Amino acid sequence: MNRPIRVLVAKPGLDGHDRGAKVIARALRDAGMEVIYTGLRQTPEQIVATAIQEDVDVIGLSLLSGAHNYLFPRVAELLKEEGVDDVLLIGGGVIPNEDIPGLKEAGISEIFTPGTPTTEMIEYIKNNLKR
Amino acid sequence: MSYMKLIENMLKGQKRACGKLITIVENEPEEAEKILREIHQYTGKAHIIGITGPPGAGKSTLTDKMVKALIKEGNKVAVIAIDPTSPYTGGSILGDRIRMQDLALDPNVFIRSMGTRGHLGGLSKYTKNALKVLDAAGYDYIIIETVGVGQSEVDIVKIADTIIMVMVPGLGDDIQSIKAGIMEIGDIFAVNKSDLFGADRTATEINMMLDLSMDMERRPPVVKVVAAKNEGIDDLINEVREHINYLKKSGKFEERRKNNLKLEVVELIEEELRKIVISHTDKESKLDGEVVDILNKKKNVYEVRDEFLGKLNRSPN
Repeated sequence: MNRPIRVLVAKPGLDGHDRGAKVIARALRDAGMEVIYTGLRQTPEQIVATAIQEDVDVIGLSLLSGAHNYLFPRVAELLKEEGVDDVLLIGGGVIPNEDIPGLKEAGISEIFTPGTPTTEMIEYIKNNLKR
Repeated sequence: MSYMKLIENMLKGQKRACGKLITIVENEPEEAEKILREIHQYTGKAHIIGITGPPGAGKSTLTDKMVKALIKEGNKVAVIAIDPTSPYTGGSILGDRIRMQDLALDPNVFIRSMGTRGHLGGLSKYTKNALKVLDAAGYDYIIIETVGVGQSEVDIVKIADTIIMVMVPGLGDDIQSIKAGIMEIGDIFAVNKSDLFGADRTATEINMMLDLSMDMERRPPVVKVVAAKNEGIDDLINEVREHINYLKKSGKFEERRKNNLKLEVVELIEEELRKIVISHTDKESKLDGEVVDILNKKKNVYEVRDEFLGKLNRSPN
């Protein structure tokens, strides 16, 4: 099916910094994707409900508050509970290297840390869609 | 999952199935037709509200507040929010949900964002398909929020029962309000951000514009609201209800829907005819010889048209 890739860019938790998320959203837009941006302070429950209604191919979580070890896996868990198995879940932000293996184990397919070129992330998305 | 199973689950109220069906009807015309044939019997029950107006007028915020007021009365409400698609990359930022964050978890609400994908007129080509899925899914009200419109994007009249035109102070003088186009399609006018300077003047200008129409059977009301502060929303909902009563009592409801259905069928026929024409003109560039004749003044464009249609065993008109 040749349709635009739909991505939900979401900021979970109590973190008011959305510059990064907006840059990502803009880069994905310019790569021809339909980007649903929901704004700040989303709960994992809201993110998963939105992903289901919007039937997105990708969820991109952005977080800079340090709560990624709880919030990212929680999103993965809720997706599983809802039987959503066709969404690529990725994350980004200020995330220490030592946390990355644990996050991947919890179901986050890839983590992008500061300095990653947006082109790298776009390629990753295009090559790893689950639809 | 087969589309029959998806339809079954959608009718049971499963949001995931509803979301998947919308993706199909938005992207795959052939599959879409099968689905829409199947669900036709379940459609026609929802009241469809169009919310339109210029960019930044507060359409999403107003939609958020209206949804909240409607679900409080026990209704199920769906929203289709449309944002523009880039003509250069095909990408888009669909950001209307930012104003509707706390509705995501409500079991009686379903929100779907759509890009225009090159379609002009304020909607996307397949908005109507998505609308039918949500209608079949049993939503009592479906709110369609158009892209921010300029002066002539009036496609919403083809699918909405009630159109709310959202205006804000400071967009121009009273000559703007007597121009043709979007100002003619409002069933209700909402002056949003009416706590700002100039709101009374904007409301007065709209009222004066409306008073110039002599042959109007129903004069659209002008309601002042401040969506961000949840002010005037109940008045607006009351006006929607009044409009529904008027439509039903006057027979306009059926008339409007019949007209829209006729338009829809004509559009579908046109689309098929266009495919026939393209298949006859594209293959091995069948018009190449004729084009040279037109260039050399041996024929004119109308002769070539008539010959072509003659070959198709059809005549113009």
